[in-house]
Amino acid sequence: MDIKDFNFSTSLTPTDRYMLGEIADMMGTPDGAFNIRKNGQGLVRESSQNIEIRQKTDKPGIDIIIKPYTKAEKVHIPVIITDTGVEEVVYNDFFIGEGADVDIVAGCGIHNCGDQNSQHDGIHAFHIGKNARVKYTEKHIGAGDGNGKRIMNPTTVVNMEEGSYCEMDMVQIKGVDSTLRKTEANLGANAKIYILERLMTHGKQEARTEMVVNLNGEGSSAQIISRTVGKDDSVQVFFPNAVGNNACHAHVQCDSIIMDNAKISSVPAISANHPDAQVIHEAAIGKINSDQLIKLETFGMTEEEAEEVIIQGFLK
Amino acid sequence: MLELKNLSFKVDNEDGSGSLHIIEGLNLSIEEGKFVVITGPNGGGKSTLAKLIMGIEQPTAGQIIYNGQDITNMSVTDRAKLGIGYAFQQPPRFKGLTVRSLLSLAAGKDLPEDECCSYLTRVGLCSMDYLNREVDSSLSGGEVKRIEIATLMARDLNLAIYDEPEAGIDLWSFTMLVDTFKSLAKNETNSVIIISHQERIMQLADEIIVIADGKVMSRGPKDEIFPKLLTEFGSFGRDCTFRGEGA
Repeated sequence: MDIKDFNFSTSLTPTDRYMLGEIADMMGTPDGAFNIRKNGQGLVRESSQNIEIRQKTDKPGIDIIIKPYTKAEKVHIPVIITDTGVEEVVYNDFFIGEGADVDIVAGCGIHNCGDQNSQHDGIHAFHIGKNARVKYTEKHIGAGDGNGKRIMNPTTVVNMEEGSYCEMDMVQIKGVDSTLRKTEANLGANAKIYILERLMTHGKQEARTEMVVNLNGEGSSAQIISRTVGKDDSVQVFFPNAVGNNACHAHVQCDSIIMDNAKISSVPAISANHPDAQVIHEAAIGKINSDQLIKLETFGMTEEEAEEVIIQGFLK
Repeated sequence: MLELKNLSFKVDNEDGSGSLHIIEGLNLSIEEGKFVVITGPNGGGKSTLAKLIMGIEQPTAGQIIYNGQDITNMSVTDRAKLGIGYAFQQPPRFKGLTVRSLLSLAAGKDLPEDECCSYLTRVGLCSMDYLNREVDSSLSGGEVKRIEIATLMARDLNLAIYDEPEAGIDLWSFTMLVDTFKSLAKNETNSVIIISHQERIMQLADEIIVIADGKVMSRGPKDEIFPKLLTEFGSFGRDCTFRGEGA
């Protein structure tokens, strides 16, 4: 659709708008560059003076090219699937120029009311230039009451040049039946990455996370935090791995709340291939502490309300 | 206001050789607007008594009457709704919850910043440094303890129970805390029960109750009881004298 013909209120259904609000905080046409993909096709695309979004010609997906020294700009690239039976693999490449400082808001929402599975596999590659800063936010949700599954398998590769910084906030809170999340980061000298992954599974959902952070440059550092809640009969597996290949610092922290009949495996791994690599991991799985529940009950909350407050705070 | 009738709480011995009374046939009444300090040796049943009043533990016998209503079988939540509050001796921590959110949850509404600050100031915390900090392991034991006390201040309580509020609090902050409790003591409509071993807190009390071996060993106005603590009952820090000599 041509951007001139696009109207957030009339070109989108109420379900589309709901999903965009949930996954990308979009309540209207966003300022700056954006691309909305719907049911396996690009719906509307807008570039800005400093951020160009270009459709790939060899495979599905887009290139997002951010000019060097672009400051305080945002780019939104949400994906929504509202038809049943849509299965797609999408390749998005981000080229972030030297010294740029930008926010990238991605996210995928699948609303499946039918009996066929809907699946989005987003393959993201980031090329972050020297001294550039990126804040990347990715929210995944599933909705709809059909029997068809909502499946998302995101793969993210982040290549970071000297002195660059990347903050990744990745959230999957509800409704995704099956997910395999793969993340790889390769850090140059003095590059810093902060990864926060928050995930909640319920019903019979399955989630597996594989994350490798290679600290290749001298002075590079990584902080990886995983906070998850497993409810009902869901199953979660976490496998973050920080690899110190130079004088570097890395800290991996995995915390999970386990409830009902859920199963959670947390397998943080650390490796050092350099004598000055300092790599630490912590991991904990446990149910909600009864003192926490009682404390909130002494405020007049019911046990269910207290549980909700604790989970929401934990995943915030 | 609060009446405990023949209250007992016993636990089974781990080896199955019978049971142990933590609280045994305890009778006690606390009048409205009173500032009461409960003291006594470690292991004497003070904290258990506080938990029984809040509903965190269920008595094995006896009754708890609050403002004429039998609350013995009432849940913690329902007792909280009646205006009873309890500050833990060892408060839990909450990953992801900020000090401000915890105070707001305590108050049952979104508290404005200045109100949160006033509660924190009253417990000796520099509010701007703490409002947006998470109540997690990054806070020291003394900090968490003071935030715990602030959560009770943020509630509109008829009966506030503090379990050893001074524990883990440094000397400088303690002075401020005593002043805060002094202002609570002046309130004539709400009752305060503080479990404490601290002379300066006992000096604020309308009444001191000594609990040992699960029973009320002695009670009365502070001027009457306090001198006895140091003579008849032995000095604090020598808990064995309480137990050995009995009541």
